[in-house]
Amino acid sequence: MSAPTLAAPAADMAPPAQRGRGRISGVTSAFWLFVGPFVVGLVIFVYVPIAWSVILSFSRAQNTVTPGDWVGLQNYIDLLRPGPFLDSLITFTIFAAFIVPLTFVLSLGLALLLNQVRIMRAFFRSVYFLPTACSYVVASLVWKLSIFNGVRFGLANTVLSWFGVDNIAWLATTSPPWYWLVIVTVRLWLQIGFYMILFLAGLQRISPELYEAAAVDGARNAWQTFRYITFPQLRATSVAVLLLLLINAYQAFDEFFNLVGNSSFARPPLVYLYYTAQFNQDFGHGTAGAVILALLIMIVTLAQGRIFGFGRAE
Amino acid sequence: MTGQRIDRRRFLRGLGLGAAAVGASRLLAACGGGSTGLSGDQGGGQASGGASGPKPALNVWYHQYGEAGTQQAVMRYAKEYPDATVKVQWTPGDYTSKLNAGLVSTSGPDVFESQLNIDQVKSGQVVALDDIIGDVKSDYTEADLKSSTVDGKIYQVKMVDDMGVLYYRKSILDKAGVMPPASIDDLISASKALNTKDQKGLFIGNDAGVTPSFGGGSLLGPILWTVGGDYLTADNKPGFTTPEVKESFAKMRELFLSKSILLGAPTDWWDPSSFTQGLAAMQWCGLWAMPGIQKTIGDDFGVVAWPAFSASVGKPSTFLGGWGAMVSAKSANVDAAKAYIKWLWIDNTKDQEDFNLSYGFHIPPRKSLAAQASKLQSGPAADALKIFNDDAVANNPAWTPKMNNAYADAATAIVRKGGDIDSNLANAEKAVNAELNRLFG
Repeated sequence: MSAPTLAAPAADMAPPAQRGRGRISGVTSAFWLFVGPFVVGLVIFVYVPIAWSVILSFSRAQNTVTPGDWVGLQNYIDLLRPGPFLDSLITFTIFAAFIVPLTFVLSLGLALLLNQVRIMRAFFRSVYFLPTACSYVVASLVWKLSIFNGVRFGLANTVLSWFGVDNIAWLATTSPPWYWLVIVTVRLWLQIGFYMILFLAGLQRISPELYEAAAVDGARNAWQTFRYITFPQLRATSVAVLLLLLINAYQAFDEFFNLVGNSSFARPPLVYLYYTAQFNQDFGHGTAGAVILALLIMIVTLAQGRIFGFGRAE
Repeated sequence: MTGQRIDRRRFLRGLGLGAAAVGASRLLAACGGGSTGLSGDQGGGQASGGASGPKPALNVWYHQYGEAGTQQAVMRYAKEYPDATVKVQWTPGDYTSKLNAGLVSTSGPDVFESQLNIDQVKSGQVVALDDIIGDVKSDYTEADLKSSTVDGKIYQVKMVDDMGVLYYRKSILDKAGVMPPASIDDLISASKALNTKDQKGLFIGNDAGVTPSFGGGSLLGPILWTVGGDYLTADNKPGFTTPEVKESFAKMRELFLSKSILLGAPTDWWDPSSFTQGLAAMQWCGLWAMPGIQKTIGDDFGVVAWPAFSASVGKPSTFLGGWGAMVSAKSANVDAAKAYIKWLWIDNTKDQEDFNLSYGFHIPPRKSLAAQASKLQSGPAADALKIFNDDAVANNPAWTPKMNNAYADAATAIVRKGGDIDSNLANAEKAVNAELNRLFG
């Protein structure tokens, strides 16, 4: 591979600059040497495809990715009429309504608990963080095939059978919608650890003097300290976590795709667009949907930044 | 010293850029999906293609057949072929999306297996194969020809014909005093009668047969065919909104609500494990699974077609599935690709019989071959062949994946979620009409 050849010149390049003999042109070329490959990659693999998608979204592109058969805004109009794409946005909203507050509260709770622990801190931190390293696909398959499968030897059904409850087909049952339980728990398990670490970092930045001052001022119990010191001090972290959670929810794909496939009753936007582009080969509508989704995420992010002051100096 | 340093710097700069360029182009090539291995072993020879030059290289793509030995068989055929270097790409998992991506890029296959649909033809992705099939056209069934033809031209050479059958455990049905179902009401009552705590009555897929992902949606066709309907009428109008079809959907919902069908099994309808391991007493599955079933439970099973709706309405049915070999229009060696298909899937009856009958069971598409295949002459396999000849319904290439997804959305909403039959089918009809309008104006 080319990696070693790239690494060698980069290592050789450093000494002249360190010796202070490098001139502006040297600095410039060093800059481009280090930044160039990244910029090239970014342009080729991110910006060109984005621009291509935008162009393609104004075109009727059936079984082709070459724009040409221009249809104006028709693809956008089709998608924004009542139909499967809008339904998928509703699915997303339901999903976000479950997953965002749940992850937020649970990961904050875990972080608070871990912050109190005096023994084996690193151990507990790692244990809760470990699931983050697991792939969504792998976790989905474990959830689908061994924990929540619908037959008698599934873990959940085995446990329920001890209490005389009949087998439940978790992913196929729509009333009550048990499939949400499977979808939400797999994501909770996967992502709580990560957000817990963010909160933990936030907690450790809070100055102990504040708590001492609060105690002197008569803060009586843990709740008051949390309500008036800890939570306000976590504002920056909380906003970042909320933002990441929401964007992640918009981009939900893996667990839906693997757990419920192309089911019209639980299909978030990305799964719908995936089937539109990859199976129907309707790249015009597929890219138009992707553009709508990207715009939505941008608007929500900006609005949230405005409201909560993301990135504002404390 | 100074001159030296500038030289070195220039050199390094060039090297860095070069390395970046190489790295980038490699990444680009890798995005094309698996075909890059070729350039390494073939050197510059692959593009020349002509009869006098070095042998052309052909990239042949398959999905993963589940039965042991199929991949080795396909490799063997490729090796046997004298006139080209054939590289087989065997794809586990999501073959359709990989193939679709390959066909719109420049690094796709030369020869691939798929099911023909009209958009592949309209967008010029596939090449007509009338010239190689010419002599033996009459040796294919009408249904096979219909599903291989768009606007009078043939675009695929069927490699294997697949069909579904309803497998039932004889001993379990006998014990419960249940006859193999001959109508949908029979089927529902049989499923209920055979249902016990540990063994469900019927397995039609974890999606209840109506959601087409991961090979699901096995009953989207039979729901229509059981009442004598079809996806599209003969003159390409939506055929799934008749009162009979609506009744059929109501029955499917009844079956779903009977709590006697197996859902959430570790494997799906196309795998016989649920049937052979006693998770369900009856299963809708492919003929391909029959050798595996015979091996596990011996003679304790029989097969019937998907039943007719009732004694007076509709007829028994099964799907005509399987795979056809096609040539990508983007191939650099279209003629060599055609020659390979002719050699393997038209002329080479020995390999065709091997591929169709030595691993899973498929029906050889060449009628002459199917008629003399000894493995299809007795027992349940012979019953299946009879069902195939009498009841198999051909694909209509005008039924596009987009139409199918719209129709399946409706079916999923109706059967699994209890959605309103009329309004859901009307929505699907709207989407299908828009597609038909796009295709036929």
